[in-house]
Amino acid sequence: MKENIKIPYFPGCTLKTKAKNFEVSAIEASKMIGIELTEIPKWNCCGVVSSLSTDDLMKHIAPVRNLIRVQEMNDSGQANGNRLLTLCSMCFNSMKRTNQRVKNKPEDMKSINDFMYLEKDYLGGVEVIHYFELLDEEILGRIKEKSVKSLKDLKIAPYYGCMLLRPKDIGIDNPEEPSVMENLISSLGGKPVKWDAKSRCCGSYHTVNNKDIVINLAKGIIENARKSGADTIITSCPLCAFNLDNRQKEIIKKDHGFRTMPVFYFSQLMAVAFGLKEEFIGLDGNYIDPKPLLKEKKLI
Amino acid sequence: MSDTQKMVKVYVMGEAYMVPEGSTIVGAFEYAGFQLKRGVGCREGFCGACATVYREKGDYKLKGGLGCQTVVTDEMYIAQIPFVPADKPIYDMDEITPDAGTFMNLYPSVFRCVSCNTCTKACPQDIQVMDYIQAIIKGDIAEAANLSFDCIRCGLCALRCPAEIVQFNAAILAQRLYGKYIAPKSPELEVRANEIIEGKYVKELEELATMEKQKLVDKYYNREIKIS
Ligand code: SF4
Ligand code: SF4
Ligand code: SF4
Ligand code: SF4
Ligand code: FES
Repeated sequence: MKENIKIPYFPGCTLKTKAKNFEVSAIEASKMIGIELTEIPKWNCCGVVSSLSTDDLMKHIAPVRNLIRVQEMNDSGQANGNRLLTLCSMCFNSMKRTNQRVKNKPEDMKSINDFMYLEKDYLGGVEVIHYFELLDEEILGRIKEKSVKSLKDLKIAPYYGCMLLRPKDIGIDNPEEPSVMENLISSLGGKPVKWDAKSRCCGSYHTVNNKDIVINLAKGIIENARKSGADTIITSCPLCAFNLDNRQKEIIKKDHGFRTMPVFYFSQLMAVAFGLKEEFIGLDGNYIDPKPLLKEKKLI
Repeated sequence: MSDTQKMVKVYVMGEAYMVPEGSTIVGAFEYAGFQLKRGVGCREGFCGACATVYREKGDYKLKGGLGCQTVVTDEMYIAQIPFVPADKPIYDMDEITPDAGTFMNLYPSVFRCVSCNTCTKACPQDIQVMDYIQAIIKGDIAEAANLSFDCIRCGLCALRCPAEIVQFNAAILAQRLYGKYIAPKSPELEVRANEIIEGKYVKELEELATMEKQKLVDKYYNREIKIS
């Protein structure tokens, strides 16, 4: 058996504010399978979506600062392996993209390092990974072993959205046929649902200025899950969660016949399967109340 | 001033003046004949009224400091900032909550922070300005209030911020939220507040308000300072 994993972890601001249930469930469920997430010191917001325009280097300062924190942890022996783990798909995407950009463009790396003269230079050695990338055979085996409550009656639609898969050289899995979430669901004893909308866009930040776009997209995604037999959807992104979960409030207003569907962070279902205390599952943070479904399936 | 007083050259708004070595920036202004109506207050480094930007000879950095605390150097370029225009929304402390959402409504610019740390570099009080802005973004209001505690609202951070954030006003909000909703309540404070409401200090205050200036000055400098 492999040793336990202790890894520097970047929570991101949403997990500290609107998605506390994501963080608590992930940290507690991880402990059960020998993964210890160490919050990096003095991290700053990842900047959400880093600018794609080439002349907007400013937006890449924030991610690089976080990468320097990891570099320091490795230099001082607080961590090893030079990896930085994220839970939020959005943080993963923006930090990995910045990392790739400065590694591929030494002149950008130099500009940023020169600008941040109070920091040690970033040397490009850190690797940004998403939690799902830890889920190899060994860890999936531990998950199976710790799943004391079987999710066998729960049909779960894994929702990847875009941030985990696109662009291709950032993505953690096959962009057309990803399977990492399915593997997790199976290890938890649940039934992964095959469905069409698993990497369809949820509308992302249109939710701020163009709510209606998101309401329509979310409705389509949830109905596709329902049609494919799902009881629930899981995600690893607080923005997807907001769009798919909270926006159901507006969907019902528009379509009285709409049947709501609970949406979980994947880690919440890990916590459920591992039989953790309710405060570690964080069900009160979900908009569509998931308790009736979990009760019906005898999971709480 | 003795004849041997060494002088240094400074540029005030681009024009050269000879001023005594060792002067503060405020002192240099006045020596050069300017009368400061704005941009100076306590002269003790407490009020934050005297924000100044300057460049020193041979250094490419634009620095900021308190005019009353910063000593001039030869060939220094100085410009005083009498006032920093800043966004200041009105809010009712009873109707807001100590969380990131409150800042999202009242100071949305805070969430534009790009973590460049320019504000921290500009702060004459050595406050970790970026860190308190980041604490607000993370919803850690207590941390933001504590980190910004020494802020004297000089405004230099806001002047330099590329994201147009008004750090010092957001800091006041964090401190108010901390005081009202997070800090442990002090029973002594309530007792003292009631004494004040009941007029315990009215007489003394009236005496001070009508006191002859010299007496007031003597009284101030001879006051008893209790250090507990
Ligand atoms: S995803 Fe959003 S909220 Fe989270 S750290 Fe990144 S930018 Fe901040
Ligand atoms: S660093 Fe200065 S010159 Fe360069 S883009 Fe920013 S403001 Fe303009
Ligand atoms: S935080 Fe800003 S306003 Fe406050 S003292 Fe520092 S520079 Fe001045
Ligand atoms: S100067 Fe503005 S953008 Fe830069 S770190 Fe400070 S608050 Fe953030
Ligand atoms: S005059 Fe008050 S701080 Fe300088």
